[in-house]
Amino acid sequence: MAEKKKNPVWEIFASVRLALFLLFTLAATSIIGTIIPQNEAPGFYIERYGANLARFMQTMDVPDMYNSWWFMILLTLFSLNLIVCSLERIPNAWRLVTMDNLATDPERLKKMSLKQSITLDATRADAVTRTTGHLASKGWKATQRGLDGATLLFAQKGAWTRFGVYIVHSSILIILIGAIIGSPRVAKDILKNPLYAFKGSVNIPETQQTDVIFSFLEGVGQLPLGFTVRCDFFNIEYYPNGMPKEYLSKLSVIENGEVVRQVEIEVNEPLIHRGITFYQSSYQPYRDFILSVKNNETGAGKTEIVPAATQITWKEGGARFGIINMETRGEVVNRFKIWFTDDQGEPSKFWLEPGREAIIERPSGNYTLSAKQLYATGLQVAKDPGVWWVYTGCGLMLLGLLVAFFMSHRKVWALVSEEQGKVTVLFAGNANKNKLGFEKTFAELAESLK
Amino acid sequence: MNSSQLFGLTTLAYLLSSAVYIALFVFKNKKIGGAGTALAIAGVLAQTVAMGLRWKESYDLGIGHAPLTNMYESLVFFSWCTALFYLFMEFKFKNRVIGAFVMPFAFVSMAYASFAKGMNQEISPLIPALQSNWLIAHVVTCFIGYGAFAMAGGLGVMYLLKKSALDKGLAKDSLTGSLPDLKVIDDMTYKTIVFGFLWLSAGIITGAVWANEAWGTYWSWDPKETWSIITWFIYASTLHARFTRGWSGSRIAWLAIIGFVSVFFTYFGVNYLLSGLHSYGQS
Ligand code: HEM
Repeated sequence: MAEKKKNPVWEIFASVRLALFLLFTLAATSIIGTIIPQNEAPGFYIERYGANLARFMQTMDVPDMYNSWWFMILLTLFSLNLIVCSLERIPNAWRLVTMDNLATDPERLKKMSLKQSITLDATRADAVTRTTGHLASKGWKATQRGLDGATLLFAQKGAWTRFGVYIVHSSILIILIGAIIGSPRVAKDILKNPLYAFKGSVNIPETQQTDVIFSFLEGVGQLPLGFTVRCDFFNIEYYPNGMPKEYLSKLSVIENGEVVRQVEIEVNEPLIHRGITFYQSSYQPYRDFILSVKNNETGAGKTEIVPAATQITWKEGGARFGIINMETRGEVVNRFKIWFTDDQGEPSKFWLEPGREAIIERPSGNYTLSAKQLYATGLQVAKDPGVWWVYTGCGLMLLGLLVAFFMSHRKVWALVSEEQGKVTVLFAGNANKNKLGFEKTFAELAESLK
Repeated sequence: MNSSQLFGLTTLAYLLSSAVYIALFVFKNKKIGGAGTALAIAGVLAQTVAMGLRWKESYDLGIGHAPLTNMYESLVFFSWCTALFYLFMEFKFKNRVIGAFVMPFAFVSMAYASFAKGMNQEISPLIPALQSNWLIAHVVTCFIGYGAFAMAGGLGVMYLLKKSALDKGLAKDSLTGSLPDLKVIDDMTYKTIVFGFLWLSAGIITGAVWANEAWGTYWSWDPKETWSIITWFIYASTLHARFTRGWSGSRIAWLAIIGFVSVFFTYFGVNYLLSGLHSYGQS
């Protein structure tokens, strides 16, 4: 037995009773934030719950309870509990894994609940060889030690699975460490470096660019990216029934005035550049339109962003054009009515869908024209240096749970002894989990030596 | 035959199967038990084919996706997981009476999916946020867990019934006489919770990874996430109470029931009573 540490604080944190209490308290208090809406303006709470209750809620940080001081204290206590509880027990697990099982008293083997005796017609040395070989053929690598008048064989499987529990427990800590590393608050208030980890957003109108984003955290404001992002293009695709199918932005990353990357992003397919991730999250349609026209013979063309009902004069191309009407659904334009003339004969007027091209046959030649509404793409922007800790923790947790729940430490002893010319092999065994399953394996192992 | 007709047959099969299991429990007529199992198997088979068909039908509509993306489809999948998990336990533990406590979950879930007002049964296309393989992984893992927890909840009820009958000194041949021994029920409850806990953990993790891929935040404490972690805490305490403090019997049975209530609330309550990102329920 390990020495008992008598420090009462340590004792408290080493107790599973505290763990049960904390798990229960975390569960119970977490409910609050699912009932009382979180992160609303102060006025909301006063209106809904009255001034007195609202004031109390503000002192208790209820409007942001998952970041409140008392919830942090609960999580800290939980982590300490987990650490101390595990530290307290790991030495014992280590002892169980490394103990010398060949030192087991043969008398104890005879008292184990799983045992079976088999008589062999062989010398003791032969019986030892045979048993060792038999165990090996079933995947049990045995070690042996000579006792007086007997030989003790021992083999075990899955000793390391005793650590499964601790894999689970450390995985929780690793996840919490990842959450701290990736926390914008910690970056701002403790590291004093809000650029270390942040979450924010930015709207970029098509053809425009930005080198800053806006943090979600109060009191941070703008954050420089260290490079420039341009939105070249934004598009929404719809299903036939009108539901949105895809939001797509074409982004260019610009460093030192040069485009270093061009990427199309969608929801679920973000852009990651220098540890900063850009997620497609929203869009903003404008009442401006991008019109492009090209003379198919000369290849000359013109692109301009204009409001509706504005005539564009293309001097070099000798043409004038514009949008004279449109059909909308909400703020989104479905169809444009285009007007185009080269001042030779009647102007052309026709309907055009956004993103489509129209070929216009004119006396002066053949033109391609396209029109689309101007959008700003809404990007969520995050830098989370802790996320790989969190993912690693998650992986370890699943692994640890599999080990802790479904794998066991199994031991088999075989005592080969000789009495009055008769050689017997006494098998004994135990497992720390899934005892029923092991009983079968054990019986099969012993039986098949006969 | 299209998928909705097959789902209809599934619902019928689960109804009859539940009825037979309940009759087996009430009248202790062992002979009819086989019919309950046969019906449950037929139901699972029909449902498996139906889900496959629905999947194919979605491709025929040009919006192909696995049938796991709205309230209706998740209820169907929950029912499938519960029935399948139950059958697995029936074969492993060779006991049919448990069906009376579990198959009704599979039936009610199908019936609710089929008949509830405002339930959208159409195969609808996926909005951009749902177009992710993590969604599939998330739903599958969560619902395997939920299926197991439904089973554990049923076992908990069974335990308490049997226990109270025994405490009242009712004779062996009373209503609960045909239930497995208390020790067996207790053991099954524990094992089922262990199994469910693993899948719930995987479900929470896949959900977090998905959220991070789509929004850049793996955890935002929205009500659904919060309730899933509450459920996780409840089962974690249940398991610890069991293997470190030796809790068993009625206390674990109660915890299995409380745990399932929490699962139920995570699944339904949050959609209908609270607001958040997972607005599955509204469609
Ligand atoms: C929600 C968080 C937790 C999870 C998911 C978790 C998970 C586990 C798992 C899977 C096992 C192994 C069960 C088995 O061997 O069958 C275990 C055992 C254990 N846990 Fe936790 N645990 C958590 C929190 C805690 C905390 C806070 C403590 C602090 C006291 C704790 C103390 C223990 C102890 C003492 C054992 C038994 C170890 C042994 O077999 O010697 N657990 N836990």
